[in-house]
Amino acid sequence: MNRLKTGGYHVAMGLVSLLWVAPILWVVVISFRSFDDVAANGLGSLPHSFTFSTYKSAWEDADEFRALVNSLLVTIPAVILSLGLASVAAYGLARYSIPFRRTILLLMLMGNLLPPQILLIPISRFVELIGYYDTLIALIAVHVGFGLGFYTFVLHGFMRDLPREIQEAATIDGAGPGKIYSAVILPLTRPALAALGALSFTWIFNDLLWSITVIRSGEKMPVTPALLGLQGLFVSSWNVIAAGTVIAAVPTVAVFLRFQKHFVGGLAIGAVK
Amino acid sequence: MTATAVEPRRRTGNGAAAAPRRTRRVSPLILVFVLVPFAVEAVWVFWPALQGFWLALTSWDGLSAPRFVGFGNFADMVSDPIFRTALKNTAIWLVLFGGLSVIGGFGMALLLQRERRGVGIYRAALFTPVVFSLVVTALIWRVFYQPDGLVDTVFRTVGLGDFIRPWLADPDTALYAVIVPALWRQIGYVMVLYLAGLKAVDPALYEAAKVDGASAWQRTLYVTIPQLKGVNSVVLSVIVIDSLRSFDIVWSMTKGGPYHSSELLSTYMYSTAFQSTQLGYASALAVVIFLLALAVILGYLIRAFREES
Repeated sequence: MNRLKTGGYHVAMGLVSLLWVAPILWVVVISFRSFDDVAANGLGSLPHSFTFSTYKSAWEDADEFRALVNSLLVTIPAVILSLGLASVAAYGLARYSIPFRRTILLLMLMGNLLPPQILLIPISRFVELIGYYDTLIALIAVHVGFGLGFYTFVLHGFMRDLPREIQEAATIDGAGPGKIYSAVILPLTRPALAALGALSFTWIFNDLLWSITVIRSGEKMPVTPALLGLQGLFVSSWNVIAAGTVIAAVPTVAVFLRFQKHFVGGLAIGAVK
Repeated sequence: MTATAVEPRRRTGNGAAAAPRRTRRVSPLILVFVLVPFAVEAVWVFWPALQGFWLALTSWDGLSAPRFVGFGNFADMVSDPIFRTALKNTAIWLVLFGGLSVIGGFGMALLLQRERRGVGIYRAALFTPVVFSLVVTALIWRVFYQPDGLVDTVFRTVGLGDFIRPWLADPDTALYAVIVPALWRQIGYVMVLYLAGLKAVDPALYEAAKVDGASAWQRTLYVTIPQLKGVNSVVLSVIVIDSLRSFDIVWSMTKGGPYHSSELLSTYMYSTAFQSTQLGYASALAVVIFLLALAVILGYLIRAFREES
């Protein structure tokens, strides 16, 4: 009876899992099919062909290569900058009795919880005003500004829980606040930084709304909005669009596989706190 | 290291002086540490937000100067049929997308909480879509919904060929056809939150309930669910805020169409701002989104800060 139950469980969960990954697998399969095959047999049929030309079209003709480069040019500095700034803010707020520190933390978190829609128009006007409209720098700045509150809040929670004694010991050894930050607190915060790093990488890399608000020219578009443009370029060539989709998903999947533990842990941050 | 002999004395001296006045001097470096990030956020978030609220009270085409109209924009919304559709769809989105992802995510977490053979694979399968962007998700499912795509093929195979329709182009089905992929991605995320919460529940509680003769169902109802109060409030905040912000998936699949049938407040706000350049009215729509989110944000913040203290 028990064995039957276990067997039933695995059959049911196996089916659910298969159902869950089927759309992904199926799009990967389509991405390797030729246009003639899709046209003749339909998108729902089993593949009758195998080709890499779809990837060549997406990579070269649709210039997804440049879009990927743009994405990385935005994502990497934005992740480093926002985590750097958030970690110093969190350090100051968590380890020193700065006046109004709770109000500051509250304000910063509240800023991140604002719906981005309220910021879209003023920010697009602001970057235009300072002459940075349609630049990757503007996009980096937006991501840093908008992410700071949440990262600071999470890192504050981590740094606050570190024992007082280590900081006092470092003070006795003659270390100033800067030295304590870089030599004591930051190394101890590494797990949280890794989790936030993995998360923020995917968030910023996957962003659509800010990119289409701040960037106009096609050659500066990051990969997520560029992927949407692919639809206009390859109307109903769903095999090429599928290849483009696979390419756009590769970097976040790679980060996920590399930092799986941190990534999942990061998503759960706050859930059990 | 060399200063060890001197430091303690100086430290006690400082402490004695500071204690009665209850002020401890904070080094300038620490102030810089806090104020620079705060200033960055002020420039890119607080200041634009205030401007957004002000613009909501104006009529502005982006070229001439904004004209103050008070609450005129909000009055216009009452008679704006697209706004009403968008509001209704946002409510549907909240209930269906939010409700089903909580039920699905919680159910999957319950099924997959116990460490046993294969469970890691099942978790990974449900979790995979979370890694993708909503645009990637949208495109995967657009291919799915194409005529002769897998959805139609499945319907035809099981003998429901008569139901087949242009899922994303039919005003009756567009909104729901967009909710399905959004759910597909969100369930794995909610599952992770609940798995983390379930892990934090003290196993002794289950043992005690078991000894008292509680069935598996009773243990879930009277032990697990009350223990998950904290996670529930996080999940609820995440879901409501995500629902109100939801933009990417709708924009990538239907742009709110056909005939605004899948329009959400967020997509309507975006197209009003950047396609019809009614910047004042769009700002007012953003304020509506903000007000709807505010209740949730406040609830979340109050909880977060109660734990701080």
